[in-house]
Amino acid sequence: MISRFAPGDRVAVRRSESPGHIRTPYYVRGRVGVVERICGPFPNPEELAFGRNGQPARPLYRIRFRQTAVWPNYVGPPDDSIEVEIYEHWLEPA
Amino acid sequence: MFDEHDHEHDHGQGLAHTLAHTKQPDVEDLPATEAQLLETSVRELLLEKGVFQGSDLRQTLETIDSWTPALGARLVARAWIDPAFKARLLSDAQAAARELGIDPGSTHLVVLENTPERHNLVVCTLCSCYPRRILGLPPDWYKSRAYRSRAVREPRAVLAEFGTVLPDGVAVHVHDSTADLRYLVLPVRPVGTDAMSESELAALVTRDSMIGVALPRGSSSP
Repeated sequence: MISRFAPGDRVAVRRSESPGHIRTPYYVRGRVGVVERICGPFPNPEELAFGRNGQPARPLYRIRFRQTAVWPNYVGPPDDSIEVEIYEHWLEPA
Repeated sequence: MFDEHDHEHDHGQGLAHTLAHTKQPDVEDLPATEAQLLETSVRELLLEKGVFQGSDLRQTLETIDSWTPALGARLVARAWIDPAFKARLLSDAQAAARELGIDPGSTHLVVLENTPERHNLVVCTLCSCYPRRILGLPPDWYKSRAYRSRAVREPRAVLAEFGTVLPDGVAVHVHDSTADLRYLVLPVRPVGTDAMSESELAALVTRDSMIGVALPRGSSSP
């Protein structure tokens, strides 16, 4: 499967408010991070949740964010980070 | 003697005695939640239709309950004494687990290495994703909304509440298991353990140290 992003790429999480079974936490929507790794293709959980087969599979990424970029009042050093698994259709270049 | 009441005593002993006899409700005395009713209905239908037998269900539950943090501790202890195994554990944790005869299941397992500069902490903000095959069932606090919401927003405060204070200069990296991967923390080997055997080392590795909320037994505090 061809992945749109590569490790090290800067990406933004879409600010979508799609209804349904969404595995993209609200706290990273609209935030910019870096691709830590490509996890591979996985069935789309937004489809699986409704009894469908989740195909086509979607590339899944681990995205690393600086905590200070996620939480405005974060208490801790600037190199503290948080990593979240995000499906490709929730990402755009940044 | 099986009957605790088969002895002489005075029933006029007041409040303490009354409390001692307060009946604890059985599970069945509490109102069933929607999820419990759903589970009961589906289970009874599957048994009635012969999809599986009661013995299959019992065996599966027994298997799930056999998964304990001791499995994860074996992986950690081996990684501490064998750098080549550690490298394999970090690059393909499932294959490394199978090397030790541990069945990691089909879920992708990622091992996160703590270092003197880097401390990893695992949470699942959306539900309770957890490497059950390696650590057993998650503790109740791991599933609580307090832990799930605070571990991402103020991990250092949460660590401090767990009694884990990191030295200055250690970055905290939080990992939110939002999708298809499961995470196991590889803690730093405590100093002064060079003479220990592999099984002695495994006994230092607690469940909480593999979630990242604590350090292994014998770790020196800063």
